Amino acid sequence: MRNYLVLRVVAKIMIPFMLLYALYVQFHGDYGPGGGFQAGVIIAAAIIFYAIVFGLATARRVVPDWLVETCLAAGVLIYAGVGLVGILLGGNFLDYFVLDRDPVAGQHRGIFWVEAGVCVTVAGVMLKIFYMFAGRRREDDDA
Amino acid sequence: MMAVVTVAIAVQGNLFAVVVLGSIYSFLMATALVALDAVDVAMTEASVGAGISTVLLLGALHLVRGEEQKPRGRPWLPLAASVVMAGVLVYGTFGLPGFSDAGAPIHQHVVPRYLNDAVRETGVPNVVTAVLASYRGYDTLGETTVVFTAGAGVIALLRRRRRDRRDGDVR
Repeated sequence: MRNYLVLRVVAKIMIPFMLLYALYVQFHGDYGPGGGFQAGVIIAAAIIFYAIVFGLATARRVVPDWLVETCLAAGVLIYAGVGLVGILLGGNFLDYFVLDRDPVAGQHRGIFWVEAGVCVTVAGVMLKIFYMFAGRRREDDDA
Repeated sequence: MMAVVTVAIAVQGNLFAVVVLGSIYSFLMATALVALDAVDVAMTEASVGAGISTVLLLGALHLVRGEEQKPRGRPWLPLAASVVMAGVLVYGTFGLPGFSDAGAPIHQHVVPRYLNDAVRETGVPNVVTAVLASYRGYDTLGETTVVFTAGAGVIALLRRRRRDRRDGDVR
């Protein structure tokens, strides 16, 4: 679809706003609807949109496979890491009260990092599945 | 309206139309969830159900033929099973408390504590986020692990297949 001028321009205009909206959903999840899962999906959707319009190879250059696979595991590790930090600081696993001198601020910090972990993993998994499906299609066409 | 879409999905033989109708169904579902004040769930339904899964289904559709195959026999047994199951579920709803009944058991257990104390204890005004990430942190960790496992499973399945083919080409 690279040859459709209108699609290309619209995609270029929209993708930054999609990513910005994902960040809004991520960081405003404490106050409004949304959170890590939704933000991760929106990030993945923006990149999938990019891949559909500009081609899978271009998208793979922008967001390479190793980055996606690292995200896949990194999110879970961030989440579990927050839990382990809680243990190290003298609380229970996934205890956020100990992350800051003020327990409420500690809760806030814990929730922030946990949501970040969820977002990273979800974005990675969605993108990876899309890459896998789309990549197979291209190979079958070659064959 | 959702019932109409469901019937259309069942009747329709063209798989492309089925995918599009499924996407429409997801959007209707998201609208219903907004009407029920479950904005977080509605957001997830719209983005995952209507967005990503539609794209993935279209990608899968590219690999298979676009028409549904004629079933081998008459599907009377599955039809009977679904009708019986639907009957049991509808019968089960008679035992549920009335819609938006504040005295329902689910609103008596931990919900008052979450609603009253969440802002004070976590400093997060969105109680859904507070419950998800803090009170039910273990569950969310489990969910994240499930998502990760799903991704790892897809990688394991599809990548091995590709390597096999390449080996086959070499031979």
